[in-house]
Amino acid sequence: MDAFVSIRDVELIYGKGTGVVALDGLDVDVQQGEFTAIVGPSGCGKSSLMKLVTGLMPPTAGSISVGGEEVDGPLKIVGMAFQNPTLLPWRDIQSNVMLPFEVVDNHRYRVRVARAEYQKAVHAILASVGLAGFEKHYPWQLSGGMQQRVSLCRALVHQPALLMLDEPFGALDAFTREELWDVLQDLWLAKRFTTILVTHDLREAVYLADTVHVMSQRPGHVVATHKVPLQRPRTPATAFDPEFQKIVQVLREQIREESRKAPAAVAAAASS
Amino acid sequence: MNETDTSATATAVGAARKHKRKPRKKTVDLEWLAPATPWVVCLALVVIWEVACTLLSVPEFILPKPSQIAEVLISARKAIWFHSEQTLITTVIGFAISVVFGLLLGVAIGSSRFVYRGFYPILVGFNSVPKVALVPVLVVWFGIGTIPAILTAFLMSFFPIVVNVATGLATVEPELEDVLRSLGAKKRDLIIKVGLPRSLPYFFASLKVAVTLAFVGSVISESIASSVGIGTLMVRAASDFNISLVFAGLVVTAAMGVTMYAAFAIFEQHTTAWASRKNVAN
Repeated sequence: MDAFVSIRDVELIYGKGTGVVALDGLDVDVQQGEFTAIVGPSGCGKSSLMKLVTGLMPPTAGSISVGGEEVDGPLKIVGMAFQNPTLLPWRDIQSNVMLPFEVVDNHRYRVRVARAEYQKAVHAILASVGLAGFEKHYPWQLSGGMQQRVSLCRALVHQPALLMLDEPFGALDAFTREELWDVLQDLWLAKRFTTILVTHDLREAVYLADTVHVMSQRPGHVVATHKVPLQRPRTPATAFDPEFQKIVQVLREQIREESRKAPAAVAAAASS
Repeated sequence: MNETDTSATATAVGAARKHKRKPRKKTVDLEWLAPATPWVVCLALVVIWEVACTLLSVPEFILPKPSQIAEVLISARKAIWFHSEQTLITTVIGFAISVVFGLLLGVAIGSSRFVYRGFYPILVGFNSVPKVALVPVLVVWFGIGTIPAILTAFLMSFFPIVVNVATGLATVEPELEDVLRSLGAKKRDLIIKVGLPRSLPYFFASLKVAVTLAFVGSVISESIASSVGIGTLMVRAASDFNISLVFAGLVVTAAMGVTMYAAFAIFEQHTTAWASRKNVAN
């Protein structure tokens, strides 16, 4: 129980009876303060993993613990960001980022009396991602990349112990995406929150993570784990490091191999 | 080579600009006229009506001319005012009840799958019942007069409010729900922070429709079982073959409906501008 997030022999079946087996025999450990990426062929149950770890969905079998405690309902202090920024269009940027304070247990009553203090925190985190001066703008006035920055701020403003990211940069263009890698890296280097990043972008995974887990074709389990020994902070030049390219290459091979297995795995699941 | 290229593109751009300029001016002119279009169309229809009635010499007790209706509107203004005031009050009370009731039921249906499953079919069934058929029952329960009219206005108008509020609540993005639930948000937080603000544009859109339906409800009830109201006035006028007065009643009802609709449309624009602005940005 020394890992911060510990997933033990988890199985997840969607639907009753002859349901789809999404995950089977999944084991993942994430250390306190570690940045972990999870990659895999499409449809391998990466996103289900998000719901399991945050307690939004119970596993069919196996156990999950976060911070030494068994997860048996929605965790109360996780930051989440998705491919879609999901900002509230009727709130300006500042009050969008304020949202976690209005919901999280320790803050929700204090935020009414000490609003100025919370506002300061909001302004600070917005400034740290380069959005100072946009507090009063509305989401529709911002570009996709800027909206995603706001979404990251909303996920982190209450200083969660765990950050869950589900392809947060998937819908952005290549330039904006790489810019946001650095934004996220800077935030992480400053606070060292435990992070689980689900992505299908292998370069993104290697650039950002300390550890990369490769998941198998459905039913998903971890087939390989790679440590990324590259120095921090990583910069665009890191991407030309032979070590970087070697890891990306190995990941690509492994995922290609998993994708090739697809028909057999599905047939086996259907017959059993 | 380069020079000729750039000059060629320059003239092409110039030509394109010239080309664009002309139609642009025209659209500007039309836009300036746009606020007047409903009045112009309305006036044109009235003129056509007047001319057609005159040319075909249609008798007044079959289809009165607009000018004859206008005459009645002025000569019978006291009676019309008395009755339309009654109808307006009845409608507004019935509508107010349906706003409160519709909002509560809409929130319940939109936020709970159980309530949705249980109540939605009943609601659809109820909405399919012609409300005229209910008026006699309401009269048996509450007597002839204002109360059946208020209730009919309410019964006519609450359904669109319920459906719209429920839709707004039920279509919250699941990812946003995940974000909030993983922060420890309870069902109530989700409704207050996300569901309700999100359903406001739907709610206001439904108010416009609902208020016109409320008028239909109160006038129906008045024309069957009441001694006051525009509905009563029209039924009495019809039995006297005073068709001009019947039409005057229709005109007044329509005018009240349009006014209320416009009031809610303006209210909607001011309160939920983010919803329409967002569409413009996309």
